Amino acid sequence: MVTGVLPLALEDATKTIQAFLLTGKEYVCLMALHADVEEKKIQAVLEEFVGDILQRPPVRAAVRRDVRKRRIYYIRDVEMDGREILFRVGCQAGTYIRKLVYDVGEVLGVGAHMRELRRTRAGSFTEEESFSLYDLMQLSEANPKERDMLTRRMVKPMESAFQYVPHVYIRDSTVSSICHGAELAVPGIVRLSEGIVPKMPIALFTLKDELVALSKALMSSEQMMKEDHGLAAKTVRVIMPAETYPRLWKTKTVTVKAQS
Amino acid sequence: MSQRAPWEEQRKLLVKLEEETDPALGCPPTKRPLDQHLRFGLINLDKPSGPSSHEVVAWVKRMLRLKHAGHGGTLETFTRLEQSDGHRRASSSS
Repeated sequence: MVTGVLPLALEDATKTIQAFLLTGKEYVCLMALHADVEEKKIQAVLEEFVGDILQRPPVRAAVRRDVRKRRIYYIRDVEMDGREILFRVGCQAGTYIRKLVYDVGEVLGVGAHMRELRRTRAGSFTEEESFSLYDLMQLSEANPKERDMLTRRMVKPMESAFQYVPHVYIRDSTVSSICHGAELAVPGIVRLSEGIVPKMPIALFTLKDELVALSKALMSSEQMMKEDHGLAAKTVRVIMPAETYPRLWKTKTVTVKAQS
Repeated sequence: MSQRAPWEEQRKLLVKLEEETDPALGCPPTKRPLDQHLRFGLINLDKPSGPSSHEVVAWVKRMLRLKHAGHGGTLETFTRLEQSDGHRRASSSS
């Protein structure tokens, strides 16, 4: 059975969903071995799987079944009870844990399958801070006064999901052009995360910490700091409604009107 | 790229410009009025076993009377067929 952290996006925040799909995940997994194996050997084989692994998605998968590279950040908190092995695994988005368990079984030479799986983290969303369907039911049945308080407690601003995505903060005067689909040019940048490289998914924020758009970097952090012109990021998905910040740039039609 | 998980890494912020924001425009995420808070909101749900991610979204949409909602990253459960067959096999988990 699979349970655990499932980020839900409401109304306009639904547009941010694609960013969740790219975030790293953490699971607690119960693996069942098909024969007895020495504990030392199990530990050693699990450690071998930390780092970059090659994985072919399982037969029943939502994606094309090509071998792909995925990163296992860590495998820790290993507990063993005979043929049952419990462990915590941090991995890149799109890693199939069921397949990982199967492959561990193959390397051990005895075979293994996944008995239970619980997601304990998706990006900045952790198990400790999650709410159950019963909590949400309370929210829907609450009186108006309680409802306000419960909504604030259970619903988080969409910005909270982007804690681990590199940020670029932009000027007020740049916000509207981004909302209308323009690329981000260097003069619009105020602050930025270090470690950005071209093609990396990044998030554009206002100076009030509001999410404006999801973008793809066209420059590294160093270039963005050094350059005084040029395109810094390509806008992929606009999240903020266009009318939130005023439109300050001039258009051809405005110029024509001014002349006549 | 580092070997560490994104949540175990610290990213420093670099300052390119000294710039102020006009308090009259927009609204900091934590100060949004309730309707806006819902409109730009996320819920960290602990999905129970049984219903599919898709079904859970549909329930929450109805409970909170939302027009749109979506989930990030399917947490699949047994498919109905597999359940009735009694196979201990999850259909997919990414």
